[in-house]
Amino acid sequence: MVPLSCYLVLSGILFVCGVLGFLIKRNIITIFMSIELMLNGVNLSFVAFAAQWHSLSGQVFVFFVMVVAAAEAAVGLAIIIAVYRTRETLNVDQVNLLKL
Amino acid sequence: MFHLILFLFFGAICVAGAVNLLVQSHPINSALSLIVVMGALAGEYLLLGAEFVAAVQVIVYAGAIMVLFLITIMLLNAGKEERSKGSRVAILLGVPGVVIGGALIGWTILERPNPGAVTIGALKGDPAVIARLLFHDFLLPFEVTSVLILIAIMGAVVLASRPEAVARGARKDG
Repeated sequence: MVPLSCYLVLSGILFVCGVLGFLIKRNIITIFMSIELMLNGVNLSFVAFAAQWHSLSGQVFVFFVMVVAAAEAAVGLAIIIAVYRTRETLNVDQVNLLKL
Repeated sequence: MFHLILFLFFGAICVAGAVNLLVQSHPINSALSLIVVMGALAGEYLLLGAEFVAAVQVIVYAGAIMVLFLITIMLLNAGKEERSKGSRVAILLGVPGVVIGGALIGWTILERPNPGAVTIGALKGDPAVIARLLFHDFLLPFEVTSVLILIAIMGAVVLASRPEAVARGARKDG
């Protein structure tokens, strides 16, 4: 028997790690990986709540989150390739054309 | 007891991988530690009885998506990330904000009256039952995601192809 809050705390830790990586990392690919980490943290709480309330809908939602993450990864990595082609860098601080 | 030990084992691997993702400065190392996190999460899903989700996690997340990441890192020959000045504002404002937010999340979870415990394999995530849900109750969202995937494929092809190739294709059409 593991309390549900243990799973939720683990999911919260993963989410906070993702947000931290999003803020402190300067490589655009690593920032993208931090977003995947956040999605994974949320997926864990979906599955934990599904087990808690005996409803399989939570697991179906995890499936949808994975589909969206796959689509997002494909488009996002294509954008990263396009950025690298025009700017010759992966550092987000040097991609500042829209900055005032 | 056994359940708790397994939970702590996989949870420790998860947190270690997530912290390693932040600490490493080379994107390849970060990607590999993210794969470790996803594998350990698949173990947690198995503990919760979500067999289908665990299998999809390994195949789609740790397999397909992370291979896409690794291919991109190798294709762009990404090296160590360089520290730059612009990141200072984000660290000064963001990190305290994240700490406060994380503390709020933890406080909210732990202050609630105990929501109960989960036994090992509490809910059987049978593929047959999930398929019935997916193709009956969630049929419309499922079909919409197929459109989403199609658009994502076309967008990825257009974005990643060389501009000259796109121009050449447009000339051929016109």
